[in-house]
Amino acid sequence: MSLDAKTVTRIARLARIGLQPGEVETLGKDMGSIIDWVEQLKEVDVTGVDPMIGTGLATPRLREDRVTDGNCRDKVLSNAPERKGPFYTVPKVVE
Amino acid sequence: MSGIHDFTLASARDALKARKISAVELTNAHIDAIERLDGQLNSFITRTPDQAREAAKASDDALAKGEGGSLCGIPLGIKDLFCTNGVRTTAASKILGNFVPPYESTVTANLLKDGAVFLGKLNLDEFAMGSANLTSAFGPVENPWKRRDSDAKLVPGGSSGGSAAAVAAGLVLGATGTDTGGSIRQPAAFTGIAGIKPTYGRCSRFGTIAFASSLDQAGPMARNLQDCAILLESMAGFDPRDSTSVDTPVPHYEAALKRGVKGLRVGIPKEYHVEGMPAEIEALWQQGMNWLRDAGAQIVEVSLPHTKYGLPTYYIAALAEASSNLARYDGVRFGERVSAPTLDGLYEASRAAGFGDEVKRRILIGTHVLSSGYYDAYYLRAQKVRTLIQQDFLKAFENVDVLLTPTAPSGAFAQDEKPSDPVQMYLNDVFTVPASMAGVPALSVPAGLDARGVPLGLQLIGKFFDEETLIAAGHTIEQAAAFHHRPTIHAGVSA
Repeated sequence: MSLDAKTVTRIARLARIGLQPGEVETLGKDMGSIIDWVEQLKEVDVTGVDPMIGTGLATPRLREDRVTDGNCRDKVLSNAPERKGPFYTVPKVVE
Repeated sequence: MSGIHDFTLASARDALKARKISAVELTNAHIDAIERLDGQLNSFITRTPDQAREAAKASDDALAKGEGGSLCGIPLGIKDLFCTNGVRTTAASKILGNFVPPYESTVTANLLKDGAVFLGKLNLDEFAMGSANLTSAFGPVENPWKRRDSDAKLVPGGSSGGSAAAVAAGLVLGATGTDTGGSIRQPAAFTGIAGIKPTYGRCSRFGTIAFASSLDQAGPMARNLQDCAILLESMAGFDPRDSTSVDTPVPHYEAALKRGVKGLRVGIPKEYHVEGMPAEIEALWQQGMNWLRDAGAQIVEVSLPHTKYGLPTYYIAALAEASSNLARYDGVRFGERVSAPTLDGLYEASRAAGFGDEVKRRILIGTHVLSSGYYDAYYLRAQKVRTLIQQDFLKAFENVDVLLTPTAPSGAFAQDEKPSDPVQMYLNDVFTVPASMAGVPALSVPAGLDARGVPLGLQLIGKFFDEETLIAAGHTIEQAAAFHHRPTIHAGVSA
């Protein structure tokens, strides 16, 4: 079943992806068919099954608490689409 | 030795060490081949011939002194998902069209340390999302193979389609790939080459642009498993900068080639006999069983009962992770920016312009399954089913050493035969996704041609960190299959 325009618009808003009016319908149809297809997972009995988070092969580890990186401001900023001196710039967010 | 384009990675390495050929000659021959053929194939997004020539010269100096690492002077291609210091890295997306990383991924740093020569950055599906290399912002990659009876452009598979095409056509001696649900194995099968997806945690993810972090794993793609083994030994290893990297020694994989399969127990998962599978793929699978049995292995039927849930589980888990990973492309810190009067407007406009349709669709589904009210029904349930899928494998491996399956349910299809329903496209990965979900290693080897002359692959799936047994069994198949066919478009074919 197609996802309705309101749902698609709400999800797109959460994902911060601007959509053209024409895209909403196509996406609703495609997403609907994918969602219908994954519904089959509802038939699996998952009672008492723990969710798998990662593959559990790496043991969590601590490292020494010391600075190992940094002092590379220009490298960090080197790909900024717009900057002013050592700052990224964005439209005004606080009045 | 008939010509420079007949080298495998291993034979080139030996010829370089014996000074029968120079690294500069070898590199120049590959640069020429790229210039001749890649206008058509489109396997490279960025070519780096000048850097390659310089690196080759340095390799010759090292070799002259009897020095140099295991890959000294070997020309490779790098999937454009690995960050390379000072060389544009795009993930085949418009949103990273001008991104120049100021650092090197661990996998490529390991290859450079061993003396490899990089010829450039290889095309892929945008953010590694696709199974046909049709979603790249830099255009589709053409498979160097042709059907006997037609000139139609075939897809190389995906997402590592540029890597697969470049290796198959002889433009590089080997390439890096990444595999999230089949992105090394399926294109390897579609182009008649070998590829290994190692155990999750075997190769560092540091500096590899993330798609689905709990699944992404780098691996080698090359003309045969010996070449893959040499590459994997260089790429693998513990890295403190990746929290999921596993601290376990890297074996000498090349030595595993000669182990053979005597006494090995090979499992055949009965659920992989899927409905509608072409008879020639069933026949090839049977042929694979016979080859291994003839070499002394024992064939055992096993059951992986949750196989059919692999793909839908994958498309929830992977897309949820993707929606979170791709949140960083916001037009502020790097990448393409489309200006707007508000910050949210800037995000929305930049992401709308920068992402392609498949990536948008996947981010939106990932966002949906993680959103309030749907999280438990979709995401949490999928993680639980993933546990069951992993348990299927662990249980099977109590009784067998490796599993044998086809790599993909078909051979390469034509660019214009792409299914319009996204779910149909996802079915390409039906045999590769379950091993990714479980985190176990798997590989694909070329095993034959279909009726129309297009290559088909067989997949072997192994126990955690037992890539060596996979390589041994895979090499047995390689020897029995004696796959020496070449694609129509190949560097060694003079125009």
